[in-house]
This record gives sequence, C-alpha cells and structure tokens, in this order.
Amino acid sequence: MEWNIFSQETRDVIIKATGLTKRYGDFVAVDGVDFEVYRGECVGFLGPNGAGKTTTVRMMYCFLPPTSGNLSIAGFSVQADDREIKCVVGVAPQEDNLDVDFSVVENLVVYARYFGISKVDALKRADEQLAFFQLQEKRDMSVEALSTDMKRRLIFARALLNNPQVLLLDEPTTGLDPQVRHLVWDAIRQLKKLQVTIILTTHYMDEAEILCDRIIIVDHGKIIEDGKPKELIKRYIGETVLELDYNEALIPIIKETFSDARVEVVGELMQVFTPKPYGVFESFLHEHRIQNFTIRKANLEDVFLKLTGRGLREVD
Amino acid sequence: MTEVNIRKSPAKFSIPKLSSNVWKVWQRNADVFRKTIGVNFLPSMLEPVLYLFAFGFGLGGFIPEINGVSYINFIAPALVAISLMHGSFLDCTYGSFVRMYYQKTFDAIVATPISLEEVVAGELLWGATRGVINSSLVLVVIAISGLFTAQPLITAPYFLLIPLIAFFGGLMFSAIAMCFTAIAPNIDFFNYPMFLLITPMLFLSGTFFPLSSLPQTAQAIALTVLPLTHIVNLTRSTLTGSTETLLSLNTQTLIPLGIIWIIIIAAIFFLLSINLMKKRLIH
Repeated sequence: MEWNIFSQETRDVIIKATGLTKRYGDFVAVDGVDFEVYRGECVGFLGPNGAGKTTTVRMMYCFLPPTSGNLSIAGFSVQADDREIKCVVGVAPQEDNLDVDFSVVENLVVYARYFGISKVDALKRADEQLAFFQLQEKRDMSVEALSTDMKRRLIFARALLNNPQVLLLDEPTTGLDPQVRHLVWDAIRQLKKLQVTIILTTHYMDEAEILCDRIIIVDHGKIIEDGKPKELIKRYIGETVLELDYNEALIPIIKETFSDARVEVVGELMQVFTPKPYGVFESFLHEHRIQNFTIRKANLEDVFLKLTGRGLREVD
Repeated sequence: MTEVNIRKSPAKFSIPKLSSNVWKVWQRNADVFRKTIGVNFLPSMLEPVLYLFAFGFGLGGFIPEINGVSYINFIAPALVAISLMHGSFLDCTYGSFVRMYYQKTFDAIVATPISLEEVVAGELLWGATRGVINSSLVLVVIAISGLFTAQPLITAPYFLLIPLIAFFGGLMFSAIAMCFTAIAPNIDFFNYPMFLLITPMLFLSGTFFPLSSLPQTAQAIALTVLPLTHIVNLTRSTLTGSTETLLSLNTQTLIPLGIIWIIIIAAIFFLLSINLMKKRLIH
C-alpha cells in the first residue's frame, strides 16, 4: 500500500481516452471506452482476440482515426496533432513490417531518417540498439535472413530509435522462444526505470502479471476491469487454487467444508478458489484420499478466464 | 477540441498537406534503387534497344521516309516516351503495390511523423524520377545508335529538355498508376491497365506509325484520352524539331496544348490518387 503515497492527482496523465469509439459499419470494435495512463506506468491491455486491444493501440499512434470520442497522448489530440504524437511514440506492431529491401542496420538508419534524425546520430543509435538486442552479428545481413525471434528484436529496437516517451507494444513476445521473451522483458524493465510509459497487449497472463503495473481487461470493445494485477487476483479469485479431477460427489462436500470457496468445472477438471492460504486444503485432501491434485497460487489467468471466459461452466 | 471528431472524416476529398517529409519517402526508394542498380539498369535498357534494332534498323529498311525523316528517326523519340511511361507506370503499380500490400512499408512509415499523404506523394515523385532515369538512359542509347545511322537520331538542340518532360510526364503516369493501385484488390488486377491502357497506348499514340495516317476521329481520341500521344509529340519535337500535324494542328499548337494537357491531367490524378489511397488505407 506504500504505492498510494503517489496519489493519482499529483501524477502526470500522459494518455487520456474519453468515450473513445471505433466503428466499422455496424461492428463496434471499441465501444466508448474511458481510461487514463500515467507517465512511467506500464499498462497491459488484455482481452480475447477481437476484443479491441489492437484497435485501441492503433488509434494511439494515429494509424486508425477514432469514430468518436477523444484520445490524447502527451497533451496532443490524435485527431488534430498526429505528427506531434508520432514524434513521441514508439511502435512495435504485431505484424512484421520490417523493410525487406534493406539490411538490418539500414532498416534502423532509414527508419530514423523518417524522424528527421541525422545520419551520424542514426548510426550511433542503431548500433546501440543492435548491441542491446544482441543483433550486432547480423548488422549487415538482409532482414529476410533473420529468424522470427531476430525480426521481433529488430522491430523492438526500431521502436526505440526516437527515444519515445510512450512505447506501444502490440503482442511483443508472441511466438518467441523463452530466452528471447526474457530478453524482451528485460528491455521493458529497463525502459520502465527510465520512466518510459509502456502500453502492452498480450495473450500471456504471466507476462502481464510480471511486467504491468496495471491491467485493463477488454472484451467486446468495452473495458470490463481496470486495476493492479494483485488486486484483481485478490478481488476476483482469492489466494489459492486447488485443481482436482472431476468428481460430482465431491462438490457438495467442498461447498460445505469451505464456505468461502468457489467451485468451477472445466471439462474433466474441478477448480476450487479460496481467499485462504495454501494449507487450508490439507486435511480435506487427506480425509478423502485425493492423490491427483495441484495446489497453486491464484493468478491473472484465473481472473481473465473468469471475466471473459466462455465455454466455462460455473457451478453454484 | 471537441469538434475535431466531426471534422476529420477520412473519406472526404481534400487537398493533401505535404511537407519536406515527402523527400524522405523518395530517398527510401532511391536508396533501394541504388542498392539494386544491377537488376534495375539492364531491363530498362534492353527493351528500347530491342525496339530500336528490330523496328528501326530491321523493319525500317523496308519503310520509306515519314514526314521527311527515316523510320528509325521517326520511332527514336517515341522510344524515349515509351520508356518514361513504362518506368513510371510500373513503379507506381507493381512497385507501390508490393510496398503497400506485401511489404507493409507504408504501414511502417506512417507510424513515424510522416503522413500517408506524404508517403503517396513520395511514391509519385519517385515514380516520376524513374521516368527521368529510364528516358535519360534511352536517350544515351539513341545518341550512340545515331552514330550508325545515315542521319543522327538527335537533330534538334532541345533534347536537354527531355528530363524535364520525363519528370512531368512521369508524374502524370505515376499518378494514373497510383489510382489503379488504390483500387487494386490484388496484384493480378494490374493486367487490366497493362492490357487495356498501356499496350494500346504503346501502339496508338503516334509511336511506330504516324497518327496522321488514321482517320480524324482516331486522332481526336488519341489527343483526348491517350496521354502518351502528348508525350510523344513533346519528345519528337525536342529530338527532331517538329511533331506530326494532327487534326490540322501543327507543332506550334500541339506543344503548348500538350504541356497544358499533361499538367492538368497530372494535377487531377495527383490529387485523386492520394485521396483514393487514403480511402483505401485509413478506415
């Protein structure tokens, strides 16, 4: 709770959306959302595919114009000041749009030129980024010769060339191997220390839980929850989760034994959520001779599935 | 700041706001061209050289003089015009489509302070530049080939104006091409403009035979809707001193008419292509 000494009023709002809406014909991709992001914060947008995460991010770098509502970044409006916004924003898009006509280092130098960065500075920054993302050996290779991992790293490096105040990362680690995910996470942590504001969309709940100060969960174009990962877990799930094989007979016993627990059936699995710590299940498991079980801490994935999960059957 | 919501409707036709950023897009394409000069240089040279040999030196021997010049002297200026048409049109159809659709180059650039309008304008200026490069190369080929003909192939001193003609003519063809790119559902779509516009123009614009030998109606159609006709008039008058007489109009009338026609068409399609691209890419 020491976090609260930075009361929200004194903190600097860098991104502000009010009634932000994006419509395609009859389809509403983003449906009148309001949110604020503070300077230096790392905010994760989570949601199922088609929830409106990428559309929201694309509106932030003026790639898509909002249908209605307001969105401002660093005091500039996306509708009127797109050039100013794009100067202070760095973007790592979901798809690979590296310039295949150029080598690795040329990709960075040419991209820096779009920002008006001089050739000398561009080369210096490019080499710094290549060193950080461990791509020096590929410096003069064609980008087509890079693996998926390396392309992601190069896209990340490219997003940092203009020393952005706000970094937009649309699924930065999708399809990466664990080593590279950790490299990307490390980069994000370093940028957080430098007070760079980071917006991240991801499907990986562990990633969001580890990196994000705050999570915004979206579904059907609406924000359905907004909060710190730990608080959301506590509020929606509790503390501990017991997972065991489906057994209908056990359900009433569990409900009787653990009055504050919630039981869910997921296919062949039962999940018992409780606000109590680890040890609470011990005597129960012993008494009913349950061998096949897992006890773990509640996590963000539980929250996500509870809030957006279809195909889940809730037992009450 | 609340009324901006209504003001910015992406589909509305507007005059593009351009800055020096246009040149950064141009530079990107120029850099790629320099890197790949080997594969760019030869093909654009080969086609006019073949035409010059097959039609000029080969077929030309069987053809009497046209308007007082030998056949090879008649077609040489047309080859300059054709090369600039091909250079600009191909770059802003296939070239731009690949960059836009397959390589997502436009998407990457518009995430920087450069706007989509500037990206398209930069592509058009580069397309015009390809016209200048191609036609200048062909001019060199023609000058050298002229050493082996009875009469030099470049007789008028105005040939130094060719790059200027090529730039504006190239801009016109680029802008027309970019309109097709903006509406192309896929890359095969370009077969339509190639077969229905470029190939007919290649033969029906006073290139390989005099347009004045066709009925007046055909001459009028060529002057009204075939842009290459005006470019051929300009290159022919700068290389040989005069154009054909079409619809009883002589060089003194056809040249200013051609310049005005090219500038108007280039301006219209320049604005139209940028707006169509915005319509395609900004949803």
